[in-house]
Amino acid sequence: MIRFEHVTITYPEATAPTLIDVSFEVPEGELCLVVGVTGSGKSTLLRAVNGLVPRFSGGVLAGSVVIDGRTTSEVAPRDLADVVGVVGQDPAAGFVTDYVEDELAYAMENLGVAPDVMRRRVEDILDLLGLHELRHRPLASLSGGQQQRVAIGSVLTAGPRVLVLDEPTSALDPAAAEEVIAALTRLVHDLGITVLIAEHRLERVVQYADRIVMVPGDGRPVVVGTPAEVFGESVVAPPVVELGRLAGWSPLPLSVRDARRVAGPLRDQLAAIDTAVFSRSPNSLGEVVAITDSLQASYGPVTALRGVDLEFRAGEVVALMGRNGAGKSTLLTHLVGLREPASGAVQVLGSQPHRLSARDVVRVAGLVPQDSGVLLYHDTVLAECSASDRDAGLAHGATRKVLDRIVPDIDPLTHPRDLSEGQRLGLALSIVLASEPPLLLLDEPTRGLDYGAKQRLVEVLAQLAADGHAVVIATHDVEVVAAVADRCIVLAEGEVVADGPARDVVVHSPVFAPQVAKVLAPLALLTVHEVELALAAASDSSYS
Amino acid sequence: MGPDAKVAMTAPRLLHPGAWWLWAVALAACALRTTNPVLLCLIISVAGWVVVSRRADVPWSRSFASFLRLGTIVIVMRVAFQILFGVRVPGTTMFTIPEVTLPGWAAGVSLGGPVTIESLMAAVYQGLRLAAVLACFGAATSLCSPYRMLRALPTVLYEAGVAVTIAFTFAPQAIVSSRQVREARRLRGRSDRGVRAWTASALPVLEGALDRAVALAASMDSRGYGRRGSGSPAVRRRSIGLVLLGLVAIAVGSYGLLDPGAPALFRIPALALGAAALLGALIAGGKSTTRTRYRPDPWAAPEWIVSMAGLVAFGSFVIVGRMGSALSPSTNPLEVPAVPLIAVVGLLVGTLPAWFAPHPPTLASTSAPLVVAA
Repeated sequence: MIRFEHVTITYPEATAPTLIDVSFEVPEGELCLVVGVTGSGKSTLLRAVNGLVPRFSGGVLAGSVVIDGRTTSEVAPRDLADVVGVVGQDPAAGFVTDYVEDELAYAMENLGVAPDVMRRRVEDILDLLGLHELRHRPLASLSGGQQQRVAIGSVLTAGPRVLVLDEPTSALDPAAAEEVIAALTRLVHDLGITVLIAEHRLERVVQYADRIVMVPGDGRPVVVGTPAEVFGESVVAPPVVELGRLAGWSPLPLSVRDARRVAGPLRDQLAAIDTAVFSRSPNSLGEVVAITDSLQASYGPVTALRGVDLEFRAGEVVALMGRNGAGKSTLLTHLVGLREPASGAVQVLGSQPHRLSARDVVRVAGLVPQDSGVLLYHDTVLAECSASDRDAGLAHGATRKVLDRIVPDIDPLTHPRDLSEGQRLGLALSIVLASEPPLLLLDEPTRGLDYGAKQRLVEVLAQLAADGHAVVIATHDVEVVAAVADRCIVLAEGEVVADGPARDVVVHSPVFAPQVAKVLAPLALLTVHEVELALAAASDSSYS
Repeated sequence: MGPDAKVAMTAPRLLHPGAWWLWAVALAACALRTTNPVLLCLIISVAGWVVVSRRADVPWSRSFASFLRLGTIVIVMRVAFQILFGVRVPGTTMFTIPEVTLPGWAAGVSLGGPVTIESLMAAVYQGLRLAAVLACFGAATSLCSPYRMLRALPTVLYEAGVAVTIAFTFAPQAIVSSRQVREARRLRGRSDRGVRAWTASALPVLEGALDRAVALAASMDSRGYGRRGSGSPAVRRRSIGLVLLGLVAIAVGSYGLLDPGAPALFRIPALALGAAALLGALIAGGKSTTRTRYRPDPWAAPEWIVSMAGLVAFGSFVIVGRMGSALSPSTNPLEVPAVPLIAVVGLLVGTLPAWFAPHPPTLASTSAPLVVAA
């Protein structure tokens, strides 16, 4: 169905090709997962399927991409619309209309489908993706998961045989992600549609994949095979596979179900471990840095926060979880003073952040926004650093020093756009950290990061907390929460529904529990690293 | 029957985008024909009133305020330029700024000198006229999203796909992007007010808006926008040629209508030529592209009322323009601008959409009912 033949793609002004000599084939009716570290060229590969690369990106494509017998160099993307449906990373950026039904019909209008057929297909897709209650809603009023399903529906109505999705769940909360993945597996199994999907959070999709295309980056050849084959040696692997490697299970389990069936002996071995040793004692926390006092916030008629009372202390890492639209980002923007509370109060180190001038507010609270790239708008890393020193009135070189600590080997003359996702996040983080705000806020910092980059971020955050910063991360990524958070707050509809030690909050939740906790339940172990430590402790005690 | 008819007239729905644009362009044409500050302020209020009464619950609908701000900047700039570089108009001197003597090759350009109230008022009037045109454009983008306008475009224009998309969505995208950049500046500890903040954020805003517009164009393309129909390349080339000719002729014709000093050939004949060329393109292109509409926008009574309201306002300005000089009050000698009754009545007709256009569907009216009837 999809065939790449010796494809090499070079972007304009790039020194090296992004993809080198890629050849693989995806037969009809398969769910094929594209994995790889950030910046390895996954998106490029996906966008080459229907010719958006190089037609919309510039650059040169050598070799050929053949889809359903047609070569993309001869056929424009628009003429492939009835064969391939492409859903980009940010569904909202691709919306062409304002209302759900119009969006679903758009591709069919362009294909010239007869009106009565259109009406029928729109109904079918509304049912297939569970969108019928949203049919007349404005797209801007939908949550992230709903928008993603509409985006999938809007390409499905054209009746494509191939669906290409770039990180369809990266912006979604765990429940909404399940919703989207469930819809996709249904398409593969019931309709025989071929699906090509890129995803960083392998734990969400790997058990459904028939085939893995692993793009290692740096010009090394792609590896294609079944999940078990590829993950035998892959550097990127979901926690359940890591656990399987640690425990020496063979074949490697790909889903929680597979792992749980073989995990009995491991659970017995770990049963005696006291998990309390992994939690930091609350005594190590410092003073209160920020307080919200019955904080209310609203956007027009929509209430985003309803009476939120919270305290954040120096030295703790707090994870803010909850559905898309639960009020996580709103809480962060209030803490940093971008918005004025509708009622109630926010106090950071005794002052109200929205009353402070921009220069003063960065000294008490810093926010790294969801798309960290928006903070960067100079030509080189060096220019970003010196601008940051100037803005915050710091000594020359202060930002650079922070950057060197977080991302050590970065070429100061690189354009921020050419940095990898992880490096760019590191740069944005350094700019925010340069003025040493006691309260550090991060909105979805792991979006688009591979496991390695996430691990480095986790280490940096733990170090910052140890240095006495209060760190608050709003995230959907339960694995990161498991790895770094001391405390977890769950928001729903603008209210705090849970607030306590991270281990207690996530471990028994069917939605928020990380994979390791699901495999080892009722043991309260959250990460592979903890299991490793626990195993070491267990073997020590058995010798003594 | 009465109540039923009333329901049909006022049931929440989106008005045909063509009606809103016709109304807004007619108001803008009124603004271009006058420098009378009273009438210009009236035009801005009419546009604002209709926007407030009938905008939908979508992100674009908040762009009107941004256009008003832009208008204010235009007025301030116009006045500043007049003070610094403007031609010296004799009259009542308000204050004098030091005059710079320029070298011989720059003869004709003056820098500094006495600033008269007459010259300032003329600058304010001209700035206000541009601000009013911007307000009309802002009203159109707030009342009907650029997306709907795109979909309503005749099929032949689809050939120019990407360019058209970017042109239509650039301004609204820039507004979204500017909010983002302003927040980012504050997060970096930079002041978000003042002239420096504006100039420094211009480039990121434009970059961001362009990126978004291109992403949108890519999404449209991969969903079949501008798809080649069954027609031969020759037919398509002919229809593209006709579209270009038609657009140029209509641009020239509209210019001729708006500028009383233009030659007569540039008015009605140019418009007629343009219309004929576009019609020809529609017929030729209609055969070669296959495109259908899902729930086509109706053109019913409200659409007629809205577009006619705009045209009546424009007509009243044409009539007043023929009758005397009330549309361009004198600034030298400075006089209190007269307020022509006919133009005011015409503009009042222009506010009719605030009552007769259907309400856009609201979030409450579009959510599925929670209770299912037994």
